[in-house]
Amino acid sequence: MRRWSWERVVSILLISPAVIAIAIFVYGFIGWTAYTSLTKWDKLLPDFTLVGLSNYRKLFAHQRFQIDLRNTVVFTVLFLISCLIIGFVLAFLLDQRVRGEGIFRSIYLFPMSISFIVTGVVWRWLLNPGSAELGSTGINALFDMVGLGFLKTGWYTDPKIGIMAVAIAATWQMSGYTMAMYLAGLRAVPEDLREAARVDGASEVQIVRHIILPLLQPITLSAVIVLGHISLKIYDLIVSMTGPGIGFATDVPAYFMWDTTFRGNHFARGAAIAIILLVMVAVLIVPYLAWSIRTEAEL
Amino acid sequence: MTTQTRKLRRSKKPPIRWQRVVLYVVLVAFAIFYLMPVYVLIATGLKSFAEVNLQRMWNLPTGLHFDSYMKAWFGSEVEGFRGLNVNFMNSVYLTVPATIISAMWGSINGYILAKWKFRGSDVLFPLLLFGMFIPYQSILIPLVQVLQRINIFGVKFYGSIPGLILAHVIYGIPITTLIFRNYYANIPTELIEAAKIDGANIFGIYRHVLFPLSVPGFVVVMIWQFTSIWNDFLFAATITSHPASQPITVGLNNLAGSYIVEWNVQMAGALLTALPTLLVYIFLGRYFMRGLMAGSLKG
Repeated sequence: MRRWSWERVVSILLISPAVIAIAIFVYGFIGWTAYTSLTKWDKLLPDFTLVGLSNYRKLFAHQRFQIDLRNTVVFTVLFLISCLIIGFVLAFLLDQRVRGEGIFRSIYLFPMSISFIVTGVVWRWLLNPGSAELGSTGINALFDMVGLGFLKTGWYTDPKIGIMAVAIAATWQMSGYTMAMYLAGLRAVPEDLREAARVDGASEVQIVRHIILPLLQPITLSAVIVLGHISLKIYDLIVSMTGPGIGFATDVPAYFMWDTTFRGNHFARGAAIAIILLVMVAVLIVPYLAWSIRTEAEL
Repeated sequence: MTTQTRKLRRSKKPPIRWQRVVLYVVLVAFAIFYLMPVYVLIATGLKSFAEVNLQRMWNLPTGLHFDSYMKAWFGSEVEGFRGLNVNFMNSVYLTVPATIISAMWGSINGYILAKWKFRGSDVLFPLLLFGMFIPYQSILIPLVQVLQRINIFGVKFYGSIPGLILAHVIYGIPITTLIFRNYYANIPTELIEAAKIDGANIFGIYRHVLFPLSVPGFVVVMIWQFTSIWNDFLFAATITSHPASQPITVGLNNLAGSYIVEWNVQMAGALLTALPTLLVYIFLGRYFMRGLMAGSLKG
């Protein structure tokens, strides 16, 4: 421990505004939301009468919330799998000394710089199925043009696959990110290792399965956590692309929270949804943060 | 391993032509997938109103018409909807100051956490970082209540751009601090020690040693903050409810959610919304990538 000097005092004074701001606006506010979730506040005027966990009990019994949780699981699984597969395939292909690699990389990654609102507006029209009277539109029209008409579906207008349509748009936006992460990882795999395996008679497929994929495991983990927490929080894309959908086919907890809190004035219920969302994200993020900090300390 | 030896080793293998062909076919196919929405955005925006037709979405425009852009920008009094021009400027007034304040504040926090470590700073840092992963739904209710009560020198914070600036600056602390901390951690401590011997104090070291070396750090942080603040929807939709004070993402969502606005005008609006961050990406993509990687912690 270094001795205390005026500079140490100054250094703590310099960091304290940020610490105080985060203490209040993150932790204080979370506490406040958690408290709100235990109250009776159900109209515009606050009512802080405590009712215990009844808001949570009602929520888990609420049909809309059950559908939302199922949608979140389906969306997360589809989104994660497609981002990981597309990301890895693209990174692997780009790592084969491709001409114009920089251009391909920029094209795959540019959707990351765009707002989910823009993505939602564009994909709403691309996945607009059209109608029987007027004919197909968007992707369906494209399928017709190239003779793949049998692939046409109702996309987000079909309650059974609605959430899948949203996952397609989200994958379009985020898969480039996984590609970039995997590419950075692949560049760190020593060529000697692959060469040695080749000398031992391993096929390219075996090299990928037994050498490259295991070495890329930390990257897969990072990607799962980063994409996973984005997918749990997904809100903007739903708002601009589909809204809650017929029978809440494309509704998610984040949307339900905003809807019930700021449109319906059911503040306590909204707060309960928010806390459930936070817990889901924390389960994913806290071990990851601990792990990141620890591995960093070892360096 | 250097690229030179890489090339030599790989070139020993006999080139298999068809594999390379498949490789490029797949890469180009994915490039088309990512660019497809951009094509529709641009093509639709350039069509005249007579040409616009959902069923012929994929056709090229016959000439250059900017009607859709004009209508999306200025709105239409006859049809009764607002254009995005006011919202676009709101986004500028929001994003520019919020980005600059965020970057300055993050730089100071990063400096302290990298070079003036104190007892507990290793515990503090992950607590700070957690703030960037939380679903903001979990702080929205208290945030709205607090902003409704803040009124400094007659400036209202709820429903206004200053309120949004405050929110973005505070919830930007974790990521800006993280990027700057990692950036400053790479600056050798010897430089700091040498400056101390020369009689520089905590401010002098920042001003004369670190700050002049900070330009790349500032570029990364400012691009990150610019992009995320410009693209934000949740804070914007919650804090600003009057159309005249809403940022562009909310404006676009209103435009797209209105049944009287033609889809080609919506597409033009989407492109106008995406343009600033797209330009940043096109011209400063390298720095954008670094911010992205910092976002997944392992950078």
